[in-house]
Amino acid sequence: MNDSLGHIFIDALLINNFVLCVFLGMCSFLGLSSKFSTAWRMGLSVMFVITVSSVLAFGMNLILVHFHAEYLRIITYIVIIAATVQLTEMFIRKTSPALFRAMGVYLPLITTNCAVLAVPLFQTSRNYSFVQSVVFAIAASGGYTLAMVILSLLRERAELSDVPDLAQGTALTLILAAILSMAFMGFAGMGNGS
Amino acid sequence: MNDDQTPVACHGATPASPSPIDAMLAFTNGLWKQNPVFVMVLGMCPTMAITNSVRNAIAMGLATTFVIASSDALISLIRKLVPKQVRIATFILIIATSVTIVDYLVKAISINVYKTLGPFIPLIVSNCLVLERPEAFASKNTVGKSLLDGLGMGLGFTFALTCLGTVREVLGAGTFLGFHVFGPNFEPWVLFLLPPGGFISLAMWLLTFTAWRQWSARRKLQREMAQTVPAVEVAL
Repeated sequence: MNDSLGHIFIDALLINNFVLCVFLGMCSFLGLSSKFSTAWRMGLSVMFVITVSSVLAFGMNLILVHFHAEYLRIITYIVIIAATVQLTEMFIRKTSPALFRAMGVYLPLITTNCAVLAVPLFQTSRNYSFVQSVVFAIAASGGYTLAMVILSLLRERAELSDVPDLAQGTALTLILAAILSMAFMGFAGMGNGS
Repeated sequence: MNDDQTPVACHGATPASPSPIDAMLAFTNGLWKQNPVFVMVLGMCPTMAITNSVRNAIAMGLATTFVIASSDALISLIRKLVPKQVRIATFILIIATSVTIVDYLVKAISINVYKTLGPFIPLIVSNCLVLERPEAFASKNTVGKSLLDGLGMGLGFTFALTCLGTVREVLGAGTFLGFHVFGPNFEPWVLFLLPPGGFISLAMWLLTFTAWRQWSARRKLQREMAQTVPAVEVAL
């Protein structure tokens, strides 16, 4: 298995895209992608939370392993994520109230986004080093943002077209996501070459 | 009860007095009327990631059922002790505890299932359905009813996962629970085992259910028009 930084980056960003190939963060992917403006904001805040909580989780995992308390891992990680989300919320409210008003509703939702919990879990089970986990976190959340932005642009287009009544709503979004996912399958070949 | 056009909000109106009929309603609500996947569209990650075979789908569904039922009951037990401001954090801690139990249970029961489900068992914590039930139902209702509601929702979730898993396994591998369905000459439609198949088959199930619901609503309307007596609303 190739563990170079570049390989980890491309793998998490495109080949095993978190949303379209591993099915993580589906709820917000389907729920918040109707407009481009909300989609990229959500993507950026998820990126921030994932990176910070991945660094914190790496540190906490060292402590847990030292005390042989691995069974506390799930609880610890979810507490770290909830705390990071809370911190982000307070930080944004203090520094830029305008941005806070724009994304206030979406921030608490990040806690129950499985993509955020999956990054610390994956980096632990794959035994990544510190630098590797940071690269992995940035690439995975970048992949999430990428998928989110593409789908939101597709949905803005689909709103203008004439779709049968029956397929309006979630079903149409799912079909769009299926086509997008098929396109991302084309990246699978990139993993075997290196 | 309200009718099925208002999916999420209707649990607040459930009367507090316990009766066998209410309990039955709490149980069957999740199975069909408020089915978590087909009606409320919650808990999508495991719905599509795990359902490439029927066996995985059932295992995942049962694990989630256990988590929802046990955390629903616990949360309902302590609902009067928890201040409103910290309720979400408390819910998440209780849910994370039951998920840890399930994680070790599955590992003890079958190591093969544990390996195929992989990281998706810990990820039950961040399944929106598991957090939505305590918030919408268990924090307002008695222990027994919350337990029944959790069981109903979990079994409804299992049912939906099995539906998806059946389509994907039969079309994608030509088997059902490992048995060959179409005989040796069947060419498997591998796309259904890959990620796009998950999106497509869920979209098709949603279309089927929407069509069925529209058809039955139209038929109900026609029957009411034919009777010409003023429609008697079912009171709450």
